[in-house]
Amino acid sequence: MQHLLTAIILLPVIGGLAIVAYSLLPGRRESNYKWIALAFSVADFLISLLLIKGISAGVREFQFVDDVLWIGSIGARYHVGVDGISLWLVLLTTLLMPIAILSSWTAIQKRQLSYYLFLQLLAGAMVGVFVSLDLLLFYLFFEASLVPMFFLIGIWGGERRVYAAIKFFIYTSVGSLLMLVGIITLFYIYGTFDYVTILNAMRAGSTTLAPRAEFWLFLAFAFAFSIKVPLFPLHTWLPDAHTEAPTAGSVILAGVLLKMGTYGLLRFNLGLFPDMSRKFAPVMITLAIIGIIYGALVAMVQPDVKRLVAYSSVSHMGFVILGLFSFTEMGMQGALYQMLSHGVSTGALFLFVGFIYERRHTRQISDFGGLATPMPWFASLFVIASLSSIGLPFLNGFVGEFLIMLGSWTSNAIQHAWIATMLAGTGVIWAAVYMLWMLQRVVFGPVTNTKNSALKDLNTREIGLLVPLLILMLLMGIFPRVFLDRSAASVNEVRTRVAAPPTGGSFASSKTSEAPKRLAP
Amino acid sequence: MFLLQANTTALFNVADLQLIAPELILTVCACLALVMEVILPYRKSKLVAWFSLLGVGLAFVSLGLQWWSVADSLPLDGFYGMVRIDGFALLFKAIFLVGAALAIAISTRYLDIEGEQHGEYYALVLFATVGMMFLACGYDLIVLYISLELMALTFYVLVAFTKREKRSNEAAMKYFLLGAFSSGILLYGMSLLYGIAGSTNLGEIGHSVAAIVSATPLGEATGPSLRPMLLLGMIALAAGLFFKIAAVPFHMWAPDAYEGAPTSVTAFLSTGSKAASFALYARIFIEAMNSMRADWAPLLGLVAAITIMVGNWAAVTQENSKRLLAYSSISNAGYLLLGLVAGNSYGYTGLMIYLLVYTLMNMGAFGIVISLRRRGIIGDNVDDMAGLAQKAPGMAAMMTIFMLSLGGLPITGGFIGKYFLFGGLLQRGAAEGKSWYYWLAGWAIINTVVSFYYYIRFIKVMYLGDRIADDKPLALSPALQTALGVSVAGIIFIGVYPQPLINLTQKLIAPLAAIGAVALK
Repeated sequence: MQHLLTAIILLPVIGGLAIVAYSLLPGRRESNYKWIALAFSVADFLISLLLIKGISAGVREFQFVDDVLWIGSIGARYHVGVDGISLWLVLLTTLLMPIAILSSWTAIQKRQLSYYLFLQLLAGAMVGVFVSLDLLLFYLFFEASLVPMFFLIGIWGGERRVYAAIKFFIYTSVGSLLMLVGIITLFYIYGTFDYVTILNAMRAGSTTLAPRAEFWLFLAFAFAFSIKVPLFPLHTWLPDAHTEAPTAGSVILAGVLLKMGTYGLLRFNLGLFPDMSRKFAPVMITLAIIGIIYGALVAMVQPDVKRLVAYSSVSHMGFVILGLFSFTEMGMQGALYQMLSHGVSTGALFLFVGFIYERRHTRQISDFGGLATPMPWFASLFVIASLSSIGLPFLNGFVGEFLIMLGSWTSNAIQHAWIATMLAGTGVIWAAVYMLWMLQRVVFGPVTNTKNSALKDLNTREIGLLVPLLILMLLMGIFPRVFLDRSAASVNEVRTRVAAPPTGGSFASSKTSEAPKRLAP
Repeated sequence: MFLLQANTTALFNVADLQLIAPELILTVCACLALVMEVILPYRKSKLVAWFSLLGVGLAFVSLGLQWWSVADSLPLDGFYGMVRIDGFALLFKAIFLVGAALAIAISTRYLDIEGEQHGEYYALVLFATVGMMFLACGYDLIVLYISLELMALTFYVLVAFTKREKRSNEAAMKYFLLGAFSSGILLYGMSLLYGIAGSTNLGEIGHSVAAIVSATPLGEATGPSLRPMLLLGMIALAAGLFFKIAAVPFHMWAPDAYEGAPTSVTAFLSTGSKAASFALYARIFIEAMNSMRADWAPLLGLVAAITIMVGNWAAVTQENSKRLLAYSSISNAGYLLLGLVAGNSYGYTGLMIYLLVYTLMNMGAFGIVISLRRRGIIGDNVDDMAGLAQKAPGMAAMMTIFMLSLGGLPITGGFIGKYFLFGGLLQRGAAEGKSWYYWLAGWAIINTVVSFYYYIRFIKVMYLGDRIADDKPLALSPALQTALGVSVAGIIFIGVYPQPLINLTQKLIAPLAAIGAVALK
């Protein structure tokens, strides 16, 4: 248990090396790479489940801490730990990895060795991002997650994959380099990269940031994370990357990589620069709302299913930002919940898009129609996933978005918060419009194209990899407390730093656990 | 002459020879190599290569012994203050020897293919290395100038080594004309310095310059002063050295020379020669003209800013990989200048580590280019790497690591080097309270993103396309493969666990950093 987090980070990396080692054996078979990858990622998921035991409700300190000096002369440490915020994101990551590998089972035929190697490296880096408590280490993992993804999009992607991969790489690295400047500057002010130490120094008030310094630091961090989220108008890399990536790449991109941005905003921007967060809240909320509505409207007119889902991500992630910058407990808890639920639902949607693409090698909505007839299993499960993405009560999407809107309505981060909430609320309506309209044209109605009439329904593997996600959708929709209770203390910790003195808008922490209960009668 | 004879007994202490033992070993080996070339038949000339490698190894051992025996009594002066052995010199010599060994290792097979396997080549490499090593330990303008010319003259010959190639001859001619011109400017600056200080010893020049600077503070009318002349000398020196390190606006020779020269020479020219020029730069500007910091730091900063921009932007459009790497090395000269501009412990550590890492990664990158040169295939276009990932996955993976390291991504040595360079600037900015240091660091970092674009181009052609440039096997040899392996291992080791190297470097350059800190106001 001592080095559990390190094990979770390293296990996929070891898995990657195992694949390479296996490939050097004389009697190797290319079809075995995926088995090795699957075994390691399942093992990784199973040991990551142990984390849940360590984080019970009300725990606010970091757990499972590993803290070793790494580069002594610059004070960089290997410091990892997990709290209520990162716990679920780590689990989401380790859960999505086996699913991503299973989804590539037959879809990936070329260069399997490097494909599974990159997937494994990516898994290690992503977990590292969520658990690093040292800013330099965080930057390291943040960048390290970029390179495997670049290859995944660039080698196994669609037609315009090279363009999309390079755009993805350049966009994200611009942001992260600015963040690096911010990290080094923080180091000169506080003399350490250690997140916990810096936070304690800030709390104690022994070293305070000058407003001008805080202004630039906030911008440097926020820029990096907003690109990753992506926040309007920095979102333009996302539709390309999502559309061109292979199915597994899209699942991970939507499921985990986007969360790095919102996680970073929550952990670092709100945690380290609370004053500037308050000052910037109107800007961030405005951009978030533009993103919600713009993403939804653009999604509505996409002729390509995958691009539609990609733009819906812009819209859904706007909700997360709105919740984070409402500075209310419900809003922020909702934002965290929405991160998870978006990972589950959008991940599932990308899987469905992958299934039909594998069968028909097209993603154009106009090429489909009436898929419910030849593929009943596909149709019914697809509808469930779509409804969860829309936010149907009893499914996961509802809890997050409802909490966010409750939180932002009562927020005093901006004036007339109800206007923002109402505008955001239209996003839910738009979501219903574009998803249902897409379903109508793809799944329902008569079979318009004869090529579709003989399509095979989902096989066992495909249904099997969807099952965990569908169960989660229901579970998260019905028992949100399981998740929210464990994150409440940590989220409140951030909220107390960032929130202005409560004037009635925010909930006292004792009431929190009841709030979600009322949502799911 | 009479003076010398009169003092024969005290002409020099024989024990001083110990101080230059590595250089002596190399010189003897180089002379023997010339003899071997005459004795051995052509097809056995490769023996000279192994012999030269042995010589470099012996020199390295003797350097190690020197370090081990005198580490506590540094600095040691010899030959009446002409030579100074200190941590700075030892470190630079180690870098040169590593560079020379790699350069010899990557040349052996290449020269066979070019049909120019002559023992003189290795002798010239060794002589150039001797010149570099004296540049690192010379403490007198005369010694420094002579060793600079020794290095430069051997390089003029080396660049023209493939004498039947037009490109090679053209490159050598350009390099020679501009190099001779720049040496003249440098000499002019040195003579001005000598005229002002009345001595060629750097330490004494340092005292005189400090006296002049403190006697005539800027902005006060104190009658006739030597200060304008000093300024002229400083500018002439700086300009001459800008030529040598290929900094803008004196960079024009570099792309032509790098492209035309035999690739193995290009590799050595871009690493060894550049590192040696930086050794000279650091010696003169820190030891002799440190009191003029206020004058030269902005000049160097400005040149660094322009160099970084021009190098990076010009590299974007290159099609020839040697030319592309030439522009990349121009931009790297700019980054290295930042270490001098920072002038503190961080900056010098960055300079040293980055030079070592730069030597490794550039040697590696050129080594890959060399392996593409086969009979009938020139192989120095970026496109010649197309499909390398499928043809030679190991080589492609190594090239990827070299490129990511050149771009400065974490877990590679390039990141650690750049970290210290930028960190030094920020530290200096905080210490002097001047904001231009921050802007310079920000500018350098923003331009780093541009460099990602062209470094990724290599990765793109190797991995992301399905086309394979040609199906002929690469020109590999055990020596080349070992050199590449050593480079990759070094880059990764420095990237993952840089602590030992940082400790060593900081210890060795502590006296120099102390000088830099004195001027800190």
